[in-house]
Amino acid sequence: MDTIRLNYILHLADNALILGHRNSEWCGHGPVLEQDIAISNIALDGLGQARNFYQSAATIAGNGATEDSLAYLRDVIDFKNCLLAEVPNGDWAQTILRQFFFSAYQYLLYTKLQQSNDGQLAAIAEKSLKEVSYHLRWSSEWVIRLGDGTEESRTRIGNALEFLWPYTGELCLPAGYELDAASNGYGVDVSSLQSDWHQRVSSVLEEATLAVPETGWMQSGGKQGRHTEHLGYILAEMQYLQRAYPGAEW
Amino acid sequence: MSTGLENINTLNTQDDLKKQVYQILETVLDPEVPVLSVVDLGIIRDVQILAPPSGGGGGWGVEVFVTPTYSGCPAIDIINVHIRMALLQHGFKEIRITQLLSPAWTTDWISEAGREKLKAYGIAPPHYRQSVCTPEAFQAEEAIQCPLCQSYNTRLVSQFGSTACKALYQCNDCKEPFDYFKCH
Ligand SMILES: [Zn+2]
Repeated sequence: MDTIRLNYILHLADNALILGHRNSEWCGHGPVLEQDIAISNIALDGLGQARNFYQSAATIAGNGATEDSLAYLRDVIDFKNCLLAEVPNGDWAQTILRQFFFSAYQYLLYTKLQQSNDGQLAAIAEKSLKEVSYHLRWSSEWVIRLGDGTEESRTRIGNALEFLWPYTGELCLPAGYELDAASNGYGVDVSSLQSDWHQRVSSVLEEATLAVPETGWMQSGGKQGRHTEHLGYILAEMQYLQRAYPGAEW
Repeated sequence: MSTGLENINTLNTQDDLKKQVYQILETVLDPEVPVLSVVDLGIIRDVQILAPPSGGGGGWGVEVFVTPTYSGCPAIDIINVHIRMALLQHGFKEIRITQLLSPAWTTDWISEAGREKLKAYGIAPPHYRQSVCTPEAFQAEEAIQCPLCQSYNTRLVSQFGSTACKALYQCNDCKEPFDYFKCH
């Protein structure tokens, strides 16, 4: 079994699943109906992308693994998503800004992953990129609207920026399996995305009249399975049914 | 389901069978936009006829190559079930449905007939793919025609609508809120 390739694909899948799950928590709670529908659609795209990656990972894992077993039966330490994906939704501003940071990263990542020599990864990237383009556009507009909006909205997105910024460093800080995947031609060296990511984020923050934070100390560890206390609660809710009633189907 | 189509066993060439498969697939509708067939929608990428196994006892088989519209489209599983049932009803024995992700589905693949059906159903059909599919914020909006009064004086309410493939618009003239099958 190609463990490094498996870890790399699981990392991509876990990012999409955990952020998708977080966004799905807004379903029925959005600030207005249209935006409730928007964030739920974005959640659905994430779950769809995760399914495609998990299906690909399952063929490598073998031993009876399926997309469901990979999503529902692994534990916190096995998950390889970036910490940014699992932080709590907070208010609308925090959710929007998290989505914007993530979409800017996924947009650059999937653009390059289309050149992967793993045909399945290239195909998933090509498909996902079209969806992420809409997410990035939507979240960029909201960041600008909130930053350059009322005193209240500006305070909230400012707080979100302060809270989330330390989680952004991990996006472009490659784990060992990412470097290996890149040198073998099927993955992307995310450190090569850093300057483009910073440029896109800065231009939107400036348009939102928000100061781009200094790059200080950054959180990391999610890609290696060292998570915040929040991931366990996500998994407890998400995995409960399959763990309590193994193999249950709708 | 009565489609008025012949049973496939009365046909014999692979070309005839392939045409027949497409006619059968024209009767399989998208459950979320039930005026469009899966052929209109452009998600059928290819059809291969599988010869009956030697030794007799079998019948013609078919492999259908399907691509999803969006990664998370919740309708894809039920669409596959409907494709399988329609082909079984017309006498195919072995049916394989294979998912293709690349090239990625685009609204440019929706047929002209499909665009007309969408409009008649009250959904503005997609424009051909343009610069609007980029991630830049607050870009100039395309003029989308109101399917009710034909006015181009309309506004985007939300890029995300009742299903993944649609955006919400409102007509400034007749005030009708409507879905736009957004370009992808
Ligand atoms: Zn009108």
